[in-house]
Amino acid sequence: MTTLTALCTLVAIGILAIILGYIAMRGIGALNLRFLVDSPRPVGEGGGIGNAIVGSAVLLLLSCAVGIPLGIATGVYLSEFGGGMFSSVVRFLVDTLTGIPSIVTGVFIYAVVVLRMKHFSAFAGGIALALIMIPIVARTTEEMIKLVPHSLREGALALGAPQWRVTLGVVIPAAASGIATGAMLAIARVSGETAPLLFTAFGSRFFPRNLNEPIASLTVQIYNYAISPYDEWHAQAWAATLVLMTLILGINILVRFLTRKKF
Amino acid sequence: MSTPRQIITPKFEVNRRAALPPRETKIAVEELNFFYGRTQALHKITLNIPERMVMAFIGPSGCGKTTFLRTLNRMNDVIPGTRVEGMVAMDGQDIYAPVADVVELRRKVGMVFQKSNPFPKSIFDNVAYGLRINQLTSSKSELEDRVAAALQDAALWSEVKDRLKSSALGLSGGQQQRLCIARALAIRPEVILMDEPASALDPIATSKIEELIVDLKKQYTIVIVTHNMQQAARVSDLTAFFLLGKLIEVNATELMFTAPDEKLTEDYITGRFG
Repeated sequence: MTTLTALCTLVAIGILAIILGYIAMRGIGALNLRFLVDSPRPVGEGGGIGNAIVGSAVLLLLSCAVGIPLGIATGVYLSEFGGGMFSSVVRFLVDTLTGIPSIVTGVFIYAVVVLRMKHFSAFAGGIALALIMIPIVARTTEEMIKLVPHSLREGALALGAPQWRVTLGVVIPAAASGIATGAMLAIARVSGETAPLLFTAFGSRFFPRNLNEPIASLTVQIYNYAISPYDEWHAQAWAATLVLMTLILGINILVRFLTRKKF
Repeated sequence: MSTPRQIITPKFEVNRRAALPPRETKIAVEELNFFYGRTQALHKITLNIPERMVMAFIGPSGCGKTTFLRTLNRMNDVIPGTRVEGMVAMDGQDIYAPVADVVELRRKVGMVFQKSNPFPKSIFDNVAYGLRINQLTSSKSELEDRVAAALQDAALWSEVKDRLKSSALGLSGGQQQRLCIARALAIRPEVILMDEPASALDPIATSKIEELIVDLKKQYTIVIVTHNMQQAARVSDLTAFFLLGKLIEVNATELMFTAPDEKLTEDYITGRFG
């Protein structure tokens, strides 16, 4: 049994290692400092993905600003204050939302935001990503808060703390590292999303100037370069993929470090 | 907001055969019924708890002693589907009156739980928690003084004074429980409810807690639930015996364990059931 499970683990990790190794091998060639800071140029003139890195960061910040507070609040509501018919319905909807294909989210935002505003924008992209984050953050928050022992809540209540202070001062801090892991998962998930950005943020070949116009992102850039007929752009797509994966790994490590168990 | 109706509390009387100092009634309970959904857990409990004494609740598992203890600071309110009938008055004020402030009540009636439940915060922050949320101190130095005093009262100060900033979860079981007592003492309650505070501790830690209880009764009214009859005999002045949700007997501890009034009490104490 031990051998079998160990073997399966090796296969799973092995595949992951092969993917990472292959991307590193293909991507490292086109990678240099200019590539990281320049904006794209026409074929044959080099150019980089600086604008896409900045664009992805902007989109991610936008989606976190909307998605994480809403997700955490929903999760806290479901675990601490819910319990009736309404919260069962909310929980079911949240689960359904998790399962919606991301392209559908993109189309939805296209219909309700982009068509209204009559142009693509960073806002629309951020909202689309936030919509994907909310259910992930909400459910992990709910599960993590449920793991906080009831005795902690009673201990705080017995000291004369009102319910809201118990939730804010004791329950949420006790579940903080779990909640951060949930937020992490959501960030990692949306930073790899392409489909919801295709017709919301759309993409751009320039550095972003304001949030009300189309914005570049690493994933859409990779998509555009990968389907192009040029070898140079293919190489740049590989390099951009390597950058994207390194950034996601970096975010992961950073958040782990920031939320490491202090107590 | 009007004040809760004044309730004339009966004079507290101890059994004349026992030599106990005179005391006023702190908490008066009258005809208290308690329900978990449709199940009645407490039946017509009438009991007076005197100030500055230790009263122990004994009885077999499931007899309602913990449930009763939790009605005294309305801790059962947080369990859905529970219902209370009858009256509990503290200092002559009905604590279940619609105008009664449950937060204020819990500030006056501290509680120590069976399983120690320190917050996942530093030792200092644990003790300071009640002071902070109730805004009981006006300066940082006052807060520090109150925390130190509470730790001293709980006989924990010498063991933790050099590591107040480290996690409370790094303390031993006995230290954690004394930390929870310090946390309760910090806000200077009038009554302390203890739900089997030493049941998970080793004999040395248990004896420390017991010494502490005897020491604390000079200032506080203490009610302790215990499974351990020797413990009840060691620390308490009065003992109440519960069986199947009914209060069978309240008596001076020395009489309870030597010459109880009720046959059922005698059967339980001599180990014939339970």
